[in-house]
Amino acid sequence: MAEAPAKGDGAPPGSSATAGGSGGIAFFLALLRARPAYALGYVIVATVVVLAVLAPWVAPYNPVQASPVDFLKPPGWPHVMGTDATGMDIFSRVIYAPRIDLAIALAGTLISAVVGSALGAAAGYYEAQRGIGTFAAGFVMRAADVLQAFPVFVFAIAVVAVLGQSLQSVVIAVAFVNTPIYLRLMRGQVLSIRRMRYVEAAYIAGVSDFGIIRRHVIPNAMAPVLAQLSVNIGWAILLTAALSFIGAGVEAPTPEWGSMIAMGFQSIITGHWWPSIFPGLALAVTVFGFALIGSSVEVLADPARRRALAGELEARRRARLATA
Amino acid sequence: MALLTVQGLVQHFPVAGSRKVVAAVNSVSFDLEPGETLALVGESGSGKTTIGRCVLGLIRPTGGLIRYRDVEMGGRRTVRSPELRGKLQLVFQEPAESLDPRQRLYEQIDEPLRALGVNRADREKRVRAAAARVGLREAMLGLYPAEISMGLQQRVGIARAMISEPEIVVLDEPTSALDPTARAEIIDLLIRIQRDLGTAYLFISHDLSAVRQISHRVAVLYLGMIVEQGPAAKLFARPSHPYSVGLLSAVLLPNPTIRRESRISLAGEIPSPIDLPKACYLASRCPMVEERCRTRMPEVETVEPGHLVRCYRHEEVVRDGDAVDYFARFQAEAERILGAGMPPQVSTGQPMNESERGNVDHG
Repeated sequence: MAEAPAKGDGAPPGSSATAGGSGGIAFFLALLRARPAYALGYVIVATVVVLAVLAPWVAPYNPVQASPVDFLKPPGWPHVMGTDATGMDIFSRVIYAPRIDLAIALAGTLISAVVGSALGAAAGYYEAQRGIGTFAAGFVMRAADVLQAFPVFVFAIAVVAVLGQSLQSVVIAVAFVNTPIYLRLMRGQVLSIRRMRYVEAAYIAGVSDFGIIRRHVIPNAMAPVLAQLSVNIGWAILLTAALSFIGAGVEAPTPEWGSMIAMGFQSIITGHWWPSIFPGLALAVTVFGFALIGSSVEVLADPARRRALAGELEARRRARLATA
Repeated sequence: MALLTVQGLVQHFPVAGSRKVVAAVNSVSFDLEPGETLALVGESGSGKTTIGRCVLGLIRPTGGLIRYRDVEMGGRRTVRSPELRGKLQLVFQEPAESLDPRQRLYEQIDEPLRALGVNRADREKRVRAAAARVGLREAMLGLYPAEISMGLQQRVGIARAMISEPEIVVLDEPTSALDPTARAEIIDLLIRIQRDLGTAYLFISHDLSAVRQISHRVAVLYLGMIVEQGPAAKLFARPSHPYSVGLLSAVLLPNPTIRRESRISLAGEIPSPIDLPKACYLASRCPMVEERCRTRMPEVETVEPGHLVRCYRHEEVVRDGDAVDYFARFQAEAERILGAGMPPQVSTGQPMNESERGNVDHG
């Protein structure tokens, strides 16, 4: 993401790979130094992912093994986050949970981004043309209107209810509710990009519609989509957890933040706050991390903002050298 | 046969929320011969850009005929169809917007050749040749558009337009966004390319001094209609239509003490293209207006072969000697001010058609 991919087919051999000194990993690191909040986002997400991947080695207990003797133990040792009402270790479950939550959110968001962007690109490109294209584009957009007319959560519940409760249903529900977002985003981008002179130049030169969309429209429309993607993964995690919370998603005892909160919330009233609070915190921090990454991607993927930032970093570097 | 024939071209745009139309182009006819430059001049809104876009098939004309050699364009026959692909090209007014910000210059110049299905080795050779022709250094080909100046961006745009070896290039105000130095360089470059490759230009501009340098023939547009059309040198020296006189006399002179001798000056408002008069469009502004001008549109008359004008009183316009070649005055004045004289604009050893361009001395 740090550098626009050089199209090997067209790039002249030996051409420089940097755009105004704003390319590559060095620039990315400089950005993180200049904007610590972005760095925090990457640290949060990396931590969550690494812990989830290494969970079998890191987790002190089996996340699904109930131990009725140890139920509702407060945070302490050896249960750092305490245990829940069935005696399962909360810390182990919290670090296992992203395996489910992140996988569902990633899969659902990626499906919606690919499907939504493709449909949106086509809708935007063909909208202004005469004939069947306009009609089809209008139909797709009205369908998106209908989907978005429902509250996201209610709609997701309905999708799961129709498909039956399973992991795939949750993925499909996440994909379904997010698709219109990408559809609209991409369509708006395409509508403005297709009027650009470089698109007209390609059109006159005889580049096919598909070629124009692939070589000009999508690369130029991708910046907000990529930014949206990172933010959306956060939302998707939230939606997955919410579905599980009401019992429409992942079923207990599979470790999953939403269902953990649900399992724990009856105990809060009796003063046992830890079964709900720790998964809730993990959820909130993770979503926050993805939102920060989203902001950084927005900067990195937009050539103009990228150049402005490169200029700023360069100025800072000079200032530092001057004072040194 | 002419390379490009435009006959009775009409382009009306619907006005949103009404049944009226904006008559952007009203029955425009002209020919373009191989290797020549025809300039379309006129104020903003005169329909010159619209004509260029119709010729290239970017908009579908309301009526009229556009023929490239013996191919009638329209329907499925467009600049995009395989038999016409790459034969007609366009250079834009806005250099920055005409290049994809995410592609290296190399890829941008390469694009028309890809569309033609040229193999990779040939493409690479031709891209380098085209870049060299427009004065781009090889090292620049790996850069992105935002990293080079506007003048260089326009050179990339020209290289891209020329790489498919088109027979016709529509130049849509290629110089108006540039600073004076870059402007002069681009005009020189375009003249040189035409001399080397024999490309025909449809040069759309309101920059009259550029028009004078580059064009062989000029068509003056007013409210989507050609009011006068003829050889550049003649038209600049002795315009035959009151509107041409008015347009040419609007040139800035480098000496404010030179008075405008022309008795023809245009007053009043331009009629709205939504509600055009049935008679001569200039009637409301023309100092030489007569009764017939207000009742019936004058026919196109031939002053001499190749010089057409749409005015009842064109003979008087010429005879009264109102027309002053302000460009000749400009050049003389500039030379006087600069002392040493202006650098020669046309190099020696040019092919024959050079002498037909508008900027040769006459008198």
